[in-house]
Amino acid sequence: MAAGHAHPLYRSGDSPVHRLPPEVKIVAALVGVCCVVATPRTAFGVFAGYLALLAGIWVLAELPFGWILRRSVIELPFVALVVLLPFTGEGPRVDVLGLSLSEPGLHGAWNILAKGTLGVLTSLTLAGTTPLRDLLLGLQRLHAPQLVVTIATLMLRYVDVIAAEAQRMRIARISRGHDPRFLWQAGATARGIGALFVRSYERGERVHLAMLSRGWTGTLPQLSDRRTTARQWLTGLVPAAAALGLAVTGWVIA
Amino acid sequence: MVAGRTSDVVVAMHMSDGLLDAPTVAVFWAVAVVGLAICAARARRELDERTAPMAGLVTAFVFAVQMINFPILPGASGHLLGGALVAVLVGPWVGALCVAVVLVVQALLFADGGLTTLGASIVNMALISTFVGYGVIVALRGLTRRSRGGLVAAAFLAGLVGTVAAALGFVVEYAIGGAAPVDLGTVLGLMVGLHALIGIGEGLITAATVGAVAAIRPDLVYALRGSAPVLELRTTGSTS
Repeated sequence: MAAGHAHPLYRSGDSPVHRLPPEVKIVAALVGVCCVVATPRTAFGVFAGYLALLAGIWVLAELPFGWILRRSVIELPFVALVVLLPFTGEGPRVDVLGLSLSEPGLHGAWNILAKGTLGVLTSLTLAGTTPLRDLLLGLQRLHAPQLVVTIATLMLRYVDVIAAEAQRMRIARISRGHDPRFLWQAGATARGIGALFVRSYERGERVHLAMLSRGWTGTLPQLSDRRTTARQWLTGLVPAAAALGLAVTGWVIA
Repeated sequence: MVAGRTSDVVVAMHMSDGLLDAPTVAVFWAVAVVGLAICAARARRELDERTAPMAGLVTAFVFAVQMINFPILPGASGHLLGGALVAVLVGPWVGALCVAVVLVVQALLFADGGLTTLGASIVNMALISTFVGYGVIVALRGLTRRSRGGLVAAAFLAGLVGTVAAALGFVVEYAIGGAAPVDLGTVLGLMVGLHALIGIGEGLITAATVGAVAAIRPDLVYALRGSAPVLELRTTGSTS
């Protein structure tokens, strides 16, 4: 339980990428994936370029390739559609290993797979080098709506408490002989969720009163006083500029 | 139920980058931002200065509930979206905001779903599933207010219809800007069929949870707001 300090994808370190202000990293990641998505699908070399760019960042951030690879399996369910495309797609068909596959379908599948993978790798790089607290600070500095930042802050501080409560209730049910295997046994679980909601809501009421008694003014205090320098922005946006250059190259050659 | 094995493929409605082309992505980001701004304004009117702590804790609840997997087909399990559930419990405005924050955090911290398609995911799962689910509750207001059984039945339908509607949102987005030429009928059949199954699980959990909350603290159920019976004073014959 390390609420507010770490999250499962964070890999602590002190590399130049870790030290970069969070808002710079968020903007760079967003620019990067936007470039990837806007790249024409047939610019195969450009996609290799993006991968090389990311690999460069991993070396700089001291993220081992194996670590990235293991975590990138998150993507699998999201690209499940890809498997169907070559079989169900329309248009001219090509023979691959004795299977008749649709050519536009294959292109479409490649498009989603390549861009989806690069997207996940970018997100992993951001999550792996940015602790939770910094991410909230980044959102705050990027002027995300105050309400959203406050909700996200409280949510992240309490999610472990609520999850632990859910876990305790599950253990309590199991130790009283609960063995949910079939649909009609779901009643106890659902009542547990109901109780969890009531407890969360009531905890929210108590948290609000506790915040008031500690001088809550309705706005989240500035999470850090440190200012981001123009130099940090320039350094952080170098990979984003490189991605932009790659995207433009893609448009020119395609 | 809920014993979803970890080896199962979890069917999720998050979209990966590259599924939608760039203009579509931009349009749905705009829709998501405008929709959430309206929700934030309405949520603030409902909860005033308590908005942030209450919504924060309800969001943590949604996050915890989304960890619950249930089997839908052999080898595949779905997880609760919770859109209709929070819509019934805290109302569509606060509910949509909570689900949206969960999605943003999942995209930034857990690399769940793409950053570019986050806007479209917010439209599907935070806006469509919540508001359609709540729409079902409003449409069945007579049934909802009559008895606890009515409320439970309406909550089941809200969970089912909300989930299928979110899947339809996915299909519409794919039809507008899908990055691959695929027969729309196939996508439609696949998404709606799969999410009808997920929707049944979602509906059952939504119904049972709403029933449980209505039994413990009916005053917390948003859908029942304003329907509390008037307090009846019974005195024994005194006429002063």
